[in-house]
Order: sequence, then C-alpha cells, then structure tokens
Amino acid sequence: MHCLMALVLAFLIVGANLAAAAEVSDAPALSESEKVQHRVADMFQPLSKPAEMIHDVSLVVLFVCAVIFVIVTGMLAYVVIKFRKPGDDDGQEPPQIYGSRNIELAWTVIPILITIVLAFVTTRTIGEIQNAEMPENALKIRVVGHQWWWEVHYYEEVDGQPVTYIVTANEIHVPVSSKDPDKRRPTHILLQSADVVHSFWVPQLAGKIDLVPNRTNDLWIDPYVTGTFFGNCAEYCGTQHANMLLRVIVQTPEEFEEWKQEQMAPNLPPQTAQEIRGHQLYFDYSCVNCHKIEGSPSKGIFGPDLNKVWTRQTLGAGVAPMDEKHLKIWVKDPQVLKVGCLMPDMQLLDNEVDDIVAYLKTLK
Amino acid sequence: MSSAELTSAPAEWKLPSQRKVGMICLITTESALFSIFVVAYLFYLGKNLNGPYPHEVLHFPWWGSAALFGSSATVMFAEKAMHLRKWGHFFFWWAFTMALGAYFIYFTAAEWVHLIYHEDLTVQTNVFGSTFYALVGLHASHVIIGLVLLGIVFIAGLRGKIHPDHFEHVEMVSWYWHFVDAIWVVVLLVVYIIGVQTWS
Amino acid sequence: MSAHGTTTTADQEPYEFPPLERPGEEKGSLTAVIQNLVFTVDHKKLGLMYIGSGLLFFVVAGIMATLIRWQLFFPQHTFLEPDVFNRFFTMHGTAMVFLVGMPILFGFANYLVPIMIGTRDMAFPRLNAFGFWVFLFSGLFLFFSYLGAPGLYDAGSAPDVGWFAYSPLTAKPFSRGHSTDYWTLSILLNGIGSISTAVNILVTIFCLRCKGMTLGKMPLFVWMFIVVAFLVIIAMPPLSAAQIMLTLDRYLDAKFFDTQAGGSAVLWQHFFWIFGHPEVYILIIPGFAIASEIIPVFSRKPIFGYPIMVAATVSIAFISLGVWAHHMFTVGMTSLGNTFFALSTMIIAVPTGIKIFNWIGTMYGGKIRLELPMLFCIAFLFQFLIAGLTGVMLAVVPFDWQLSDSYFVVAHFHYVLIGALLYTFFAGFYYWYPKAFGRMLDVKLGHWHFWLFTIGFHVTFFPQHISGFLGMPRRIFTYEADRGWEIWNQISTIGVIFQVAGVLFFVYNLIYSYFKGKEAGDDPWDAWTLEWATTSPPPEYNFDEIPEVRSRRPLWDKKHPEDPDWKFE
Repeated sequence: MHCLMALVLAFLIVGANLAAAAEVSDAPALSESEKVQHRVADMFQPLSKPAEMIHDVSLVVLFVCAVIFVIVTGMLAYVVIKFRKPGDDDGQEPPQIYGSRNIELAWTVIPILITIVLAFVTTRTIGEIQNAEMPENALKIRVVGHQWWWEVHYYEEVDGQPVTYIVTANEIHVPVSSKDPDKRRPTHILLQSADVVHSFWVPQLAGKIDLVPNRTNDLWIDPYVTGTFFGNCAEYCGTQHANMLLRVIVQTPEEFEEWKQEQMAPNLPPQTAQEIRGHQLYFDYSCVNCHKIEGSPSKGIFGPDLNKVWTRQTLGAGVAPMDEKHLKIWVKDPQVLKVGCLMPDMQLLDNEVDDIVAYLKTLK
Repeated sequence: MSSAELTSAPAEWKLPSQRKVGMICLITTESALFSIFVVAYLFYLGKNLNGPYPHEVLHFPWWGSAALFGSSATVMFAEKAMHLRKWGHFFFWWAFTMALGAYFIYFTAAEWVHLIYHEDLTVQTNVFGSTFYALVGLHASHVIIGLVLLGIVFIAGLRGKIHPDHFEHVEMVSWYWHFVDAIWVVVLLVVYIIGVQTWS
Repeated sequence: MSAHGTTTTADQEPYEFPPLERPGEEKGSLTAVIQNLVFTVDHKKLGLMYIGSGLLFFVVAGIMATLIRWQLFFPQHTFLEPDVFNRFFTMHGTAMVFLVGMPILFGFANYLVPIMIGTRDMAFPRLNAFGFWVFLFSGLFLFFSYLGAPGLYDAGSAPDVGWFAYSPLTAKPFSRGHSTDYWTLSILLNGIGSISTAVNILVTIFCLRCKGMTLGKMPLFVWMFIVVAFLVIIAMPPLSAAQIMLTLDRYLDAKFFDTQAGGSAVLWQHFFWIFGHPEVYILIIPGFAIASEIIPVFSRKPIFGYPIMVAATVSIAFISLGVWAHHMFTVGMTSLGNTFFALSTMIIAVPTGIKIFNWIGTMYGGKIRLELPMLFCIAFLFQFLIAGLTGVMLAVVPFDWQLSDSYFVVAHFHYVLIGALLYTFFAGFYYWYPKAFGRMLDVKLGHWHFWLFTIGFHVTFFPQHISGFLGMPRRIFTYEADRGWEIWNQISTIGVIFQVAGVLFFVYNLIYSYFKGKEAGDDPWDAWTLEWATTSPPPEYNFDEIPEVRSRRPLWDKKHPEDPDWKFE
C-alpha cells in the first residue's frame, strides 16, 4: 500500500518536473530587465529624456489651462447665479449695455500675453527635441513600417555608409542610458515606410513621429530605466492597425551586448528528427519567398525577418505571446489570430505545423 | 457705453447687383480650386524620377495664348457694341471671340496629341505628366464651359432676346471669360516659364 | 406703411392667395405633397428639409458610434470584425461632418437668413433647391457603397480609410474595390452642393437686405453666415482638387500621391487639412451664430460688443486658413514649420476666447431666463471652454507629439462638435421650432432631453482625455488588457445609454409638439430680430410688407419707442 502511494507520488513529482521543464521550453527565456513590463504607457510617467521634456512642457500648459478654466467657469457660474431672473421680477428690462472698450481691451490683452508665454515654452521645447545633437556612441536603428509589422535594422556608419549588422522585427532592444552625461547612450531611430503612413509611439520614451513612404523621419530616445515599454502604431494604416504593436526593450549594457551577440551568432543546425523535418518543410514550401533567415537560402523580404525569432516576446507584432501554442496557431492559419494580415493560410497539415514550429524554435 | 449717434435709414437704398456678387463668388471659388493644382505643379517641379522632363518637351504656346488674350479684347469690343446697340458689330466681335476660344482649344488639343504620341508623355508617365495634364486640362475644360456660355448668349442674341435688362447677364459671361484668361496667365507663368527651367 | 414698420398689425387679415391646384393635385393628395417637397424652391421648406435629412443621417451615424463603443467595451472583444469596425468609424466621421453638420447648418441659414434680413427668399431659389438635392444624393450615394462597392472581385464595401482618407492608404493597391471611390465621389458632390448654397447665402446677404439694414445693422447670426459662406467657397475647393487628383491616381494611374513614382503622401495631408481646418470653423461658427442670437434674448440685453464679435469672427476665418498643419505635427516637418503652425494656432485662440467673454459679458447685468434654449447655450459655453482649452494643449507641439492621433484628440473634437456645436443646434431647435411650426416644444420633455444628454455626453467623452494620456491611439478596433484602458472605455460606453435616451426624448418632443404643443404666436420669446415680426409659421412670402429698419434690434425699437437702439448704436 505504501509502495503504491510512494510510486504514485514519485510519478506525480516527476510528472510535475517534466511539465515544468516543458513549460520553460514552451516560450523564449527573457532577460531580467525585460521581465519588468511597463504596460500602462502613461505619458505622465516619462522614463526617457524626450518624454520628460514633453512632460515638463505639458505640466506648464495644463496648469495654465486649469487656471483659465477655473476663472472662466467661475465667471460663468457667477453670472448665471447672480443675474438669474428673480421669481418676483418686475418685468422691466435691465440696462441695455452695448459694450465697453476698456473691458474688451483687457480681455484681449490678457489672452495675448498668455499666448506669448505658451508660444515661448513651445518653441524652446520643439528645438530641444527636434534639433538635439546625438553623441558619437548613440545606438543607431532604422525602422521600416509595414502593414502591420515593424522591420528593424541595427546599423553602423562605416566610412559614411550605413552597414546593417542585425535585422529583426517588432521588437527593439536598446541599452539603458543615463542622466549622467558621461554614461549617456541615447538611441537614434530612423523611420521609413514600405507602404502606407504609420506612426511610432511609445509614450513613456518619446513623442510620436510618423513613418511616411518616400520620406525618412527620425526620433531619439534616452531611457533611464530598464524594462519592456509598450507602444502602438498611431496612424491608421488599414485592417490590423490595432494590432501593429510595439515593444521597446531597454536592457542593461551587459544584457544588451549579450542580446547583440545572440542575434548575430550563426544559427545552429537542427538536431532532432522533428526539427530536421521542419527545416526541410520550411525550405520546400514557399516560406522562403517572404521570410529571411540569416545564413540560409531563405531571403524573402516581404514578411518579417525570422532570424532568432524564438528570442522574441511576441509574434504577429504583438498580437499573441511568443510561445509554442500560439506559434502553432499562427503557422497553421495566421488569419485566426490576425484576420486580414498579409500572411495567407498555407494549408499545412497539423503534423507539418508541429515540425515547422519545432524548426523555428531552433532559431535562437 | 458707445457714443450716442443718430442714425436713420438712408434715403437711397442701393445694394450690389446679385449677378455681380454671384459671379465674383464663382470666380473666387474657382480660383481656390485652380490654386491647388498650381501648388501641386510647383511642388512637383524637379521631383520626376524619369523623363520626359518639361524643358525637353514643352514649347511656349505663342499662338494659343495670343488667341486667348485676343479673345479677351474682342469680347470687350463686343460688349461695347452691345451697349451702343450696334448689333452687327456685337455679333461680329462675339463670334470672333468664340472662334479665338475654339482655336485655343484646338491648339491645346494639338499640343496634347504631340505630347502623348510623339513625346510619350501621359498622365501616368511621371509627376510632371500628372500635374501638367491636370492643370492645363482643368483650364481647358473651363474654356470649353466658357465657349458654351458664349454660345448661349450668341444664340439668344440671334433670336433677338437680348434686351437692356440682360446686358448685365452678358457682362457676367464676359467676366467669366476674362477670369479664364487670367488663369491662363498664371498657367503660362508656372508651366511654360518657371517650369521649363533645366533643373525641373 | 408704418415708419419703423415691420409687418401689418393684427387687425388686418393677410390676403389669402387662391391655391394653385391642378387636377390630381388636390391639397393633401400624395401628388400635391410630392410636388410640394420635390419641386419646392421656398427657402423655408428647403431649410427644414436640410435639417430633417441631417437629423436622419445623425441617427444612422449615431447608431454606428454606439456599436463602436460596444465593441470597445471589452479588451479583445469580438463583437465587430476589424473591417466592419474600420468602416464604421470612417462612415461615422464622414457622415457626421458632411451629412449632419453641413446640412443642418445650411438648413438654419436657409430658413433664417432671408427672414432676418427682411426679404422674401434667397437670391437664387432654384440654385438653393439644386444644392439640397445634390447634398441628399451625395449622402445616399455614400451609403450605397455598402451595396455597390464590392465590384468584380468582391473587394471593398463601405469606405474604411478614415474620414480623412490619407494617402497612400487610398491608393489602388491598398484600397481594392470601389469603396474609396464612393467616399471620393460622394464628398465631391457634397462639396458642389455646399459651394452652391454658400454662394447663394453670400449673394442673398449682400444684395437683398431690407431698407436701412446696413452691414453694421444685421443680426450677428447673419454676419457669421457671411464668414461661414466665405470660408466654404475658399476652403472646399482644395478638398475637391485633392479628390480629383486621387481619382486620377486611382483610375488613370496618375502619380499625384504615388510614393513609388516620386509622389508625396504628405501632399495629400496638406491639401486635406487646408480644407479640413477651415471646415471645422465652418461647422462651429454657425453654432456661434445661434448662441449670439439666443444669449442676448434670454439675458434681456443686446450682445456685448457687436463690432468686436464681428471682427473676432472675421479674424478667426482668416487665421483659420493658416493653421492647417497643426494636424500634421507628427509628420516630420522642420522645427521651423512646426513652430509656425503652433504660433498661428495659438493666435486663433485669442479671438475665440474673446467671444466667450463677450457672451458672458452679455449675460452680466441681465435678467437671465433659464429656459431650454438658454440652458443649452450655457452648457455650450462651458463645454466650448473645455474644448478650446484642450485645443490649446494640442497646439503645444511637444504635447501634441504625445496626444496626436490618440483618444485625447477624439475627446477634444467631440467636445467641440457635440459639446459646442450640437448643443447650439439643440438650442436653436428649441428657440426657432415655434417659429417654424407655430407650436412650442414641450418643456418637460426638453428638460429630460437636456439633462440625460448632458450627463451622457460628459460620461462618454471626458474619460477619453484620460485614455489618451495613457497611450490609447485612435481608430483601433480592439486593445490589449492591462494597458490601463478598459475602465475608461467602459465608462465611456455607459455614457452612450444616456445620450441615446436624451436623443429619444428629443425626437419624441419634435413629433409630439408638432401635434400637441402649446400655440406659440408670432413672438413667444419677446425677441428683437425680424423673424419674430411675422407669423408662426411665416407665410410663403415671409412678410406682408418688406420691413424697414433703423437699428440692429428692430423689434426692440418697436416695443420700446422711448429708448430705441438707434439712439445708442
């Protein structure tokens, strides 16, 4: 009897551990910093220099507007209450006043003065943000908007020419910067579009700038705090505009270097039989026409780059978490998770899906 | 308190003519329409990714412009004749105006045939093609509308229907015609003078 | 003929013209009714038809908004498919601006301007009818897209490109089928109708005023419509031009907005907003016009600072032609460009603010009658103040870099368009319904309407400022949980219930009062402008005799011969 119970218990313990192990390999491992998720992108909790500059100006403006609101509402309430027609009204008309030059002058001049103050504050901050000088060590990224995902290139200037060293999609990893000018390392982001107008908005890091086809815009961020920052595309760009989500992952300089090395490392060849089958299926089917995997014949650029895809937090530009279950649903029929997206149902059989997903999980 | 001021209804109550104000409004709104096409034209100068380029294919439209500007003069002569009740002269100058306008349309059409078939410039060739045909075409369509209006007046005149009450109607048609001419001045400047510089 | 004469006095029956009937058109027969509506050129009937059609489209667009709000009640809600949602917000916005706001304001102008200036009809009655029918056709055409747009490949339905239809989303590759063309062509037609009516208004006001009514003696309502009509004829053509260019792109493969061929997506935005910004002033200035008539009457004083009110409105119109790129602060203009437009936008706040002060100044020292038209105007003042202040916030470019294209902007413009404009429309309905139909709107029902709607309006739109601050972008059919947005969306949706209830009371009031309302008489409010000098409803020819005026308030002069306005103006 005791033996039976011990056996059952052992079984349960082993089972639980196996399950836990399966759980761990079910989704990519996250670095420590990125586990802190700043999901509520409150612009009044800025965690980066440009967002802070905006925040400071916003407080000034809010204060001025609040004062105006209180005064004018007070005036309105006062006249409504004080000059109501009394119940015992004698029917006489009140004095017919047509205007007053002095009063009208006063309430023209005061708004003009307020406008001048606001204009000054606005102009100064515009300049501070738009014309900021980037230091030599700034990280350089180029983002290209697509319907409905973000293409991300990391590049360096070599003899004045940009040379890309990492291509990824939908997630941007950056090293944390610092308020200490010696340790400062902002990130400069070029913004372009491959199709329609999009907009890059991560409120706690910076204001938004649009991605316009046939035009290159730019913005910069200077985050003080690590973590995963949430953002959205902020210019209506078609069916799945709502699911063109953005994550900026601010890491410690060490974690960032690790991530860089990981992204640039060559892919290990598939090991298990299932992975090998999956690899074969991937290259047999037309996946290679749209997707790119570094160091392989898969060179399609229509869809997101799949290099190191199993290191990302989400799939489908944020529409689902990156884990085995969702990746299988996506590969089987992306229209289930993101109807209208430009990846079609590839009409795969279930076992083919499992194999391909097993292969994709090796891309880390 | 405003200063006390005695006012009284004026003895003579004269308001502007409805037709004149209406035509001024029409001219204003049409000018706003044309100005956007002009802005687009100017904006896209120098932004073609491929030829043909304006300075390669455009030639200053001497004869067409002469005809159109001449027609503004002839329509004025016609009006003057009308006020003097010299109907023979009126019909002559009015018809001459229409002929000059029609010649302008012919001239533009010939230019377009040349550009499309011999220079390979169509509305889809490049931004120059799009903006050129849109602007010149918008103007030409207004010339055609003007010709129709001129024609209506002419036929009305032939049927003996133009009485002194209608002189203002005729004047408004001539105002429209002058407006179309004024737009042509702008088009000449933008398309055939500024736009043919070699950098475009 | 009386010296400061207006209409005949009550002891003379107006002469009844024999009805012009042909066989089959007996009064009340269907033929007669159709002839009456379809062939009418009477500015009063056309005005009511404009308003009636506008209210019908209001209900349809309102239903769309209700469905949108229900979809947004839960995160990841699947009540509406993304495409359906995207069409709803496009149609809601397009319809509200072009098929509700524009016709209702033209309806007010059509009905009231000729009477207020003491004439018999608009300058071009047939053009007036043309304007109306073109508008109605354009509205039906837009909605026909639900049926007609799929085309050969079953692509497309109603337009889903947003009411401002940015390029290149509207280009053929990104907008398949004909849905975008329905948007383009219906609005193009709508613009032609608007321009016709605006020209009509201008000519009427300049050329048909009654004797003695110089430009300085017109009611402010009329002045404001001069400004509105002027803005229409200047600002609508840029939209028409851009739409012609878009249609050339879509059908003849032109390159106006084709970014692959060197075209510019931003150029569309410039052209659209060169129209779009003056358009919002076209929408709101009629609201100012209505408030400027009602507030003085219900405060029992003349408008405070008539000349400044005129000057402020005219300057708003001119400045509004130079602020358009404040809708484009995120598009990547240079700091110089951004600064210029920030400054011009802030400058426009000055004359706008002045007007609020002038209205309050009108109320100061008066005897305020808190009846329904005035209640709506007081709410208008409060809500317009909030709208204006959020507008100033948006003018501060760095702040706008956060708030642009977020729910904060949605909150701002709904405070303007509902909180200010719709409230003045309601005020105008309660004020002039007695004139148009001879009966007062029921007061009790009116209070239910006012309070329910006001509660609902604030509950719906105030929280949207907050979701904007928390990073919620516009035009998203759903959102993730835990972004901090659910609670604000839920509160916002609950407010819709109250707004719908309020509108239901209003619609019921309109119908009930038509049959059972208290008789109004010529001048139920003891007001001072010429529309109150004729019967309710006015005869087809408006006045028995064309009046002659000596001041801005001819009826005040008549009622107070010892203290006439013309001694002081």
